[in-house]
Amino acid sequence: MLSKKQAKAFFLGGTVLFSAIFLALSVETVTSSMPEKTNDSQITEAVVRGKEIWDSNNCMGCHTILGEGAYYAPELTRVYSRKGESYIKTVLMAKEPWAPRGRKMVAYALSEEEANDAVAFFKWINEMDLNGFPPEPDPALSK
Amino acid sequence: MKYKSQKVAYWFFALSMLLIVLQITYGFIMGFAHMGFDGLHNIIPFNAARATHNNLLVVWLLSGFMGAAYYIIPEEAQQELVSVKLAYVQLITLALVGVTAVIGFHFNWWEGRKFLEIPRELDFLVVINVITFLGIILATLFKGKKQSTTAMVLTMGLVFAALLYLPGMIWFDNQGMDSFFRWWVVHLWVEGVWELIMGGILAFLLIKLTGVDREVIEKWLYVIVGLTFLSGILGTGHHYYYIGAPEYWLIIGGIFSALEPLAFLGMALFAIHMYRKGGRNHPNKTALFWTLGSAIVSFVGAGLLGLAHTLPQVNMYTHGTLVTAMHGHLAFWGAYGMIVFAMISYALPQLTGRKLYNTVTGLYGFWLSLIGMVGMTTAFGVAGVAQVYLERRIGLDFMVAQQEIEVHFLVLVLCATIFATGITMFIIDFVRYGQPNDEALIGEDEVNSLENA
Ligand code: HEM
Ligand SMILES: [Fe+2]
Repeated sequence: MLSKKQAKAFFLGGTVLFSAIFLALSVETVTSSMPEKTNDSQITEAVVRGKEIWDSNNCMGCHTILGEGAYYAPELTRVYSRKGESYIKTVLMAKEPWAPRGRKMVAYALSEEEANDAVAFFKWINEMDLNGFPPEPDPALSK
Repeated sequence: MKYKSQKVAYWFFALSMLLIVLQITYGFIMGFAHMGFDGLHNIIPFNAARATHNNLLVVWLLSGFMGAAYYIIPEEAQQELVSVKLAYVQLITLALVGVTAVIGFHFNWWEGRKFLEIPRELDFLVVINVITFLGIILATLFKGKKQSTTAMVLTMGLVFAALLYLPGMIWFDNQGMDSFFRWWVVHLWVEGVWELIMGGILAFLLIKLTGVDREVIEKWLYVIVGLTFLSGILGTGHHYYYIGAPEYWLIIGGIFSALEPLAFLGMALFAIHMYRKGGRNHPNKTALFWTLGSAIVSFVGAGLLGLAHTLPQVNMYTHGTLVTAMHGHLAFWGAYGMIVFAMISYALPQLTGRKLYNTVTGLYGFWLSLIGMVGMTTAFGVAGVAQVYLERRIGLDFMVAQQEIEVHFLVLVLCATIFATGITMFIIDFVRYGQPNDEALIGEDEVNSLENA
């Protein structure tokens, strides 16, 4: 039967081995594959300011982006191509809570420049290669 | 209890109870908002309620883990805590940082990073607090007479949890990278090092409650935490499918995360087997219920419901829907909520000297919270699957699909009421136990005779 010593070796050995593999893959991801797939070189100052707006208002507390966040408001990964620039700006600059179907968004009343930065952020996100996410609906089902 | 300083644990548990009440309150706010009743929108918008709900969860669990460590480490190391005063300072600062963060959320002071919303300035205070905590625990452990496997696994889990908090504090301009390292904290906590904490507490409780030989229990503890890291580290890949990371994570994340339930299956079988094998008939049945319950429910909530959406082919559709909320609730409750409740149920009679072992409130507290949480999980699951079909498969607009599934949130709120009733009963018992006192101090012989009664 397995002894306590062997069990300990299994735990320690496995931990070291799998941590090493994980670290190696992570280095590859963040230094090479991910910058390419996310168009890291196209992150302009406007995109960074846009991300700050996204972050400092905790937009992820209601929406999802890259499928991450909360499930109270729409997925925004492809919002740039779905809704277009002027729609996004209208929502963000609104002084009253935006609520086209009853559910209210916080009225951020952003300035025109801030709204442009947010749009730049969404545009950059829009171009990312996400291995097929979000999935396309099947038109045959909606007939 | 055998050591005076173990009394500190009580106050960490009390803080946990206070925060869970607040957490549940904010949960109700969100449940009602999903049903269309968002009357509080101007004062507490959904994202504030959400950040509060998630962060209170993390803080009350951590407070529970810390209390558990302050109780377990002296007993395992046979050594009083090196500084009780510092432990109280740590408790108070933990509470202050937590409360400040939560108040800040209501004034738009946060970072929009799910589970890590606490602003960077406060992160540094969290780090100092946790270093203080670990300092006390490590000093006690190594000053003590022995370093048992149970104590070592528990401590290792706590130390790694602290270290893994750090990558979450790095700023990235790239949203994808930000997310990549956010999972080093969130995933490697709940599907990695927190399982060591859970395993350590579980082993301690099983040794006390079943009387099975320590060597046997600790051997299987190693196997379980071995399985955790074998699967869970590379299993992080299941969060890297669709965030701009390369495609190899689909294969690696898929395979290894699909193995993660094995560790939870191990916990469940381990607990059941030790219970059956044990000769000791410990009078504290409430603690036994919570202990076995945690091991079993974590397998269902984390293991099975995690498996349900962990393969990339499935996750492509469920990613970012209420299916995630379904799994998140039963996983957190089963694995970490229930193990903290198990620890509290075991420790309270020892700390206070009152033997309210098997009260009606204790029994209903267990069953109502469990039934309520299973009901909530089901409601989230039904809503989530419907959302996936309507929105992701058929292509309905987000809000149109949301209106279709609104009714499930009525069921959710009803089940949440059952859950909250169970928690209320548990807290009634907690209050009835009263505060810890030195009369509850007992020697080794008495401990043994009590436990073998
Ligand atoms: C006690 C252990 C666990 C806890 C507390 C837990 C909790 C959670 C939570 C709260 C989330 C949502 C995170 C977020 O969106 O920010 C999540 C996501 C996820 N969990 Fe777990 N989990 C546990 C174990 C597992 C296991 C063992 C598996 C796989 C077998 C699993 C599979 C997943 C997957 C695939 C997601 C991503 C969902 C998505 O965004 O598409 N989890 N988990
Ligand atoms: Fe995970």
